[in-house]
Amino acid sequence: MPAGLAEIVKDFQDLPERERLQLLLEFSRDLPPLPERFANHPELLEQVLECQSPLFVTVEAEKTDDGDIVRLYFQAPPEAPTTRGFASVLHAGLDGLSAAEILAVPDDMPELLGLTRAVSPLRMRGMSAMLGRIKRKIAGGLRPAA
Amino acid sequence: MPVAAETNEKFAAYAHPERLVSTDWLAAALADGAAGNGSIVVVESDEDVLLYETGHIPGAVKIDWHTDLNDDVARDYIDGAAFAELAAAKGISRDTTVIVYGDKSNWWAAYALWVFTLFGHEDVRLLDGGRDKWIAEGRELTTDATNVTPSAGYPVVERNDAPIRAYKEDVLAHLGKPLIDVRSPEEYSGERTHMPAYPQEGTLRGGHIPTAASIPWARAAAADGTYRSRAELEALYLGEAGLKEGDDVVAYCRIGERSSHTWFALKYLLGFDTVRNYDGSWTEWGNSVRVPIAKGTERGEWPASN
Repeated sequence: MPAGLAEIVKDFQDLPERERLQLLLEFSRDLPPLPERFANHPELLEQVLECQSPLFVTVEAEKTDDGDIVRLYFQAPPEAPTTRGFASVLHAGLDGLSAAEILAVPDDMPELLGLTRAVSPLRMRGMSAMLGRIKRKIAGGLRPAA
Repeated sequence: MPVAAETNEKFAAYAHPERLVSTDWLAAALADGAAGNGSIVVVESDEDVLLYETGHIPGAVKIDWHTDLNDDVARDYIDGAAFAELAAAKGISRDTTVIVYGDKSNWWAAYALWVFTLFGHEDVRLLDGGRDKWIAEGRELTTDATNVTPSAGYPVVERNDAPIRAYKEDVLAHLGKPLIDVRSPEEYSGERTHMPAYPQEGTLRGGHIPTAASIPWARAAAADGTYRSRAELEALYLGEAGLKEGDDVVAYCRIGERSSHTWFALKYLLGFDTVRNYDGSWTEWGNSVRVPIAKGTERGEWPASN
């Protein structure tokens, strides 16, 4: 697991169950807005249907001096704080990493957050679906950043 | 002391107007301090487990459908002891007037109200229009934590499921009596087994219970999330679905939440005495061995024998 994501997982695990929900709420507030350039290109966003509330994601490759990195962009409405929180955790933990690092993230990573009881197993599935979608998109080849 | 029911022209046409309150009524009651003196408790129940935390009606408490009302082991609701503990912790006594509201036209709020009714809580009402209408009207929301004084106690009352809850066996025995399927048309026809844009919940077969009429739940709600007028509801359920006065009705959806919204309309707004919510719904029926299923848009026939 990448160091940044592992740290987030530890932050959740170190908290009592009720407070993990609060931390997820804080993450939901920190989800960066979708860059302006996507506003006129909804076709570049994909909906993750498994999420309870509408969640759109797009993944791009970006060239840097240190090699190619993956950039993640999410959009979810303010009325869906849980979905936004999940997206924000993935953004904070994975944005800017290499494709190989993201592909190595264990599929059951969402369960490690220890939120399943506080959030419910059904809702947690949405986060697993998001991670799965990101990994599938990377495995299928990324679009370079516009 | 019982809190007087709201009287207005729209509600007066319903069979049980005392089951609804308007946003105006609630705002006035809150301004009068009704939440502070313990006579009413306002409960928010949403689809999203964190929505309440982003802003709620001042003084409201949160009850979550998954984590508070469902048993976390068996697929069932909590028992009398757990409900008593939950209610007391939320400041609710047996004689408290509970006002429930939530997102998405009160979809989950109606579900919470139905669970309260399983425990025979007498005075539980829905805020017509729910959370969205409250917000659309620019009314106050707060992120301040509600300071709950636990109630002096809530009696341990065992659930009485039979009058308002149907099990799979009850549905099989319901043959010949009306069923309302409140899912989307695609779920009804069997084209898909989950709501458009919603999680796939692992149902093996698609379609509907033979003879069920398709009336998607949201058709009972107006654009502002309030229930449609009595005349409109009659056109929907008596006209289109073909229900007749005195019918014994079972409503179902996927897990019993959307059908709680319809259950409320049939039971309290149109006044059907016997309306049961089949909470096993499609996630049980569509996975069950050897139960009849109809595909397509026609209601279909119950097989003569199996």
